[in-house]
Amino acid sequence: MSLAIKDDEVDIVIGALRSDLTTFMNEWRPMFSRFHLIIVKDPDLKEELKIPEGFNLDVYGKPDIDQVVGSSTSILFSGYSCRYFGYLVSRKKYIISVDDDCLPARDPKGFLVDAVAQHIRNLTNPATPFFFNTLYDPYAEGADFVRGYPFSLRGGVKCALSCGLWLNLADHDAPTQALKARQRNSRYVDAVMTVPAGSLIPISGINIAFEREAVGPALVPALKLAGEGKCRWETMEDIWSGLCVKVVCDHLGLGVKTGLPYIWRTDRGDPIASLKKEWEGVKLMEEVIPFFQSVRLPREATTVEECIVEVANAVKERLGSMDPVFARASKAMLDWIKLWQSVGSSSSRSSAV
Amino acid sequence: MAEPSTISPAPLLTDELDIVIPTIRNLDFLEMWRPFFQPYHLIIVQDGDPSKTIKVPEGFDYELYNRNDINRILGPKSSCISFKDSACRCFGYMVSKKKYIYTIDDDCFVAKDPSGKDINALEQHIKNLLCPSTPFFFNTLYDPYRAGADFVRGYPFSLREGVPTAVSHGLWLNIPDYDAPTQLVKPLERNTRYVDAIMTIPKGTLFPMCGMNLAFNRELIGPAMYFGLMGDGQPIGRYDDMWAGWCTKVICDHLGLGVKTGLPYIWHSKASNPFVNLKKEYKGIYWQEELIPFFQSVTLPKDCTSVQKCYIEISKQVKAKLGKVDDYFNKLADAMVTWIEAWDELNPSGAKSAELSNGASK
Repeated sequence: MSLAIKDDEVDIVIGALRSDLTTFMNEWRPMFSRFHLIIVKDPDLKEELKIPEGFNLDVYGKPDIDQVVGSSTSILFSGYSCRYFGYLVSRKKYIISVDDDCLPARDPKGFLVDAVAQHIRNLTNPATPFFFNTLYDPYAEGADFVRGYPFSLRGGVKCALSCGLWLNLADHDAPTQALKARQRNSRYVDAVMTVPAGSLIPISGINIAFEREAVGPALVPALKLAGEGKCRWETMEDIWSGLCVKVVCDHLGLGVKTGLPYIWRTDRGDPIASLKKEWEGVKLMEEVIPFFQSVRLPREATTVEECIVEVANAVKERLGSMDPVFARASKAMLDWIKLWQSVGSSSSRSSAV
Repeated sequence: MAEPSTISPAPLLTDELDIVIPTIRNLDFLEMWRPFFQPYHLIIVQDGDPSKTIKVPEGFDYELYNRNDINRILGPKSSCISFKDSACRCFGYMVSKKKYIYTIDDDCFVAKDPSGKDINALEQHIKNLLCPSTPFFFNTLYDPYRAGADFVRGYPFSLREGVPTAVSHGLWLNIPDYDAPTQLVKPLERNTRYVDAIMTIPKGTLFPMCGMNLAFNRELIGPAMYFGLMGDGQPIGRYDDMWAGWCTKVICDHLGLGVKTGLPYIWHSKASNPFVNLKKEYKGIYWQEELIPFFQSVTLPKDCTSVQKCYIEISKQVKAKLGKVDDYFNKLADAMVTWIEAWDELNPSGAKSAELSNGASK
């Protein structure tokens, strides 16, 4: 049932927050080498990137970002948000993105998981957001729709976003990880499922893939915490972005999947140190979630860009006065759409570093 | 034959849980479940010919009801209990006096987990029911209360206490719960995928609830677990659990209760005849196209603060909106009311059918 896709329809976008990508690239080589890669260097990173030979890639750094984006934007492509620049300049249909501290995982049988292939499988098979299938992905080998699943819903809808998971260091917030300092995720849940329409989920940017043509503009680099840092514990930008994408997908009848593939996230960072910075993000979620749960998009919003503009306006109206970070996020979302329309859709590409 | 595996220190809830089993044949399958079921009380609902004697293996504590008993106990209200269909099992829910119910089909056996260990399905269901659900925001690492898991980054702290769990829906290895058309197309497909997860079905999302391996908190949701009019004299079969599941989920969503699905697995051994199934399901396959939009759009008024009130309200809407799909739904709506009347008669109100405040829809 899945569409066969060509290698040149995929971009692998990596935000480099560390300069030495040698181990990262070599470990992922079997999965990455067929595809074109876009590596975006965090503008705050001083050192030169070390990238091993043998890949088809383009590398972008601060000068490229400044050249393409100019100074007239409120969006800061720094830290984890540097990867969004890669999304902007990519011209491929599908994008797969993993953090640079993640390596391929092994499944319970000991085989290396090809996360890229699994994400592609997720994106090229339909999603089923309107009714929950208790055997999870009905299009998986050896599975199907269960008794009681309406036949009219079995064709599914396009899957626009695929959210993968993490073995070893799971994506917990700082308080949780600090409390359970030694907890590591060793449970391999062999399932992919569609997130039901109308349900929100915290979408982690650590291991995601999406159809750029379908929802590209909806992945917004907008929520920048005042104390945002270089550990995932110190950010919420991906959670915000994911909520925007889910609301838009629900409105436009697109699907979001979660589950496989797993990647192996290496240990790093100190959750207790991050607690001081990231506490702000944890508090903000208390306002953010009810907001997104109640956002309603008008019927006239029929494109992704229109939907994001609506959400941005709602953010300004309802959250703007609560915390300056929201007013900034709203502006960043509007700037992002303008940027996407001028740079994102055009066929020319800025040159590599 | 199940080995007596390492049984947990003491089986939980032995005085608070009944195991309800509908049967028409025999209960040989209980031998395999003995290590896990023997501490519990069984309610056997014997379908079909009441003059037949169903032999219950030695050593089990049980009560058995056949059609004569059902007629005697309910009188004219027995019309709401199906005949010649496993839907009759809901009679067992009604006569139980316990807080929790586990129901299982007589062709379901003990499964093994990937390490080869026998799965104590009942124990897992109990854990699921005793542990909160999280219907308001999906946790990407599934059940956050499980050992080795937790809430992920971005999950609001105010939602981390969860809500009480009303239903625990288990799954099946080997013969999957497919409908007849799928069975006909894929007669050899077996479910071999062990998905090591339990998850809460989000609020507002409907699912196809299978009655083969199901547990619920009878005090929280019992009256919603009516398995409808199926079998003899009815135009439809194999939609009993589906019907109960849709009603239950709508009510749980309204009352702020949780429904979980996933572990535990049982081993489903028998594939029923797909041609027989097709005849039973035929109408259902068409009707579910109307039923799903109906249930998706049901709204319950704020003053429906008990399960019974919610259920009666749904029965009114069934009559109003589905009566025109088929006259069957008029009969079903009446049967739903009869069921509630019978439930309240057998379970006089007190703490058991407690009023619940509407869950805050955060």
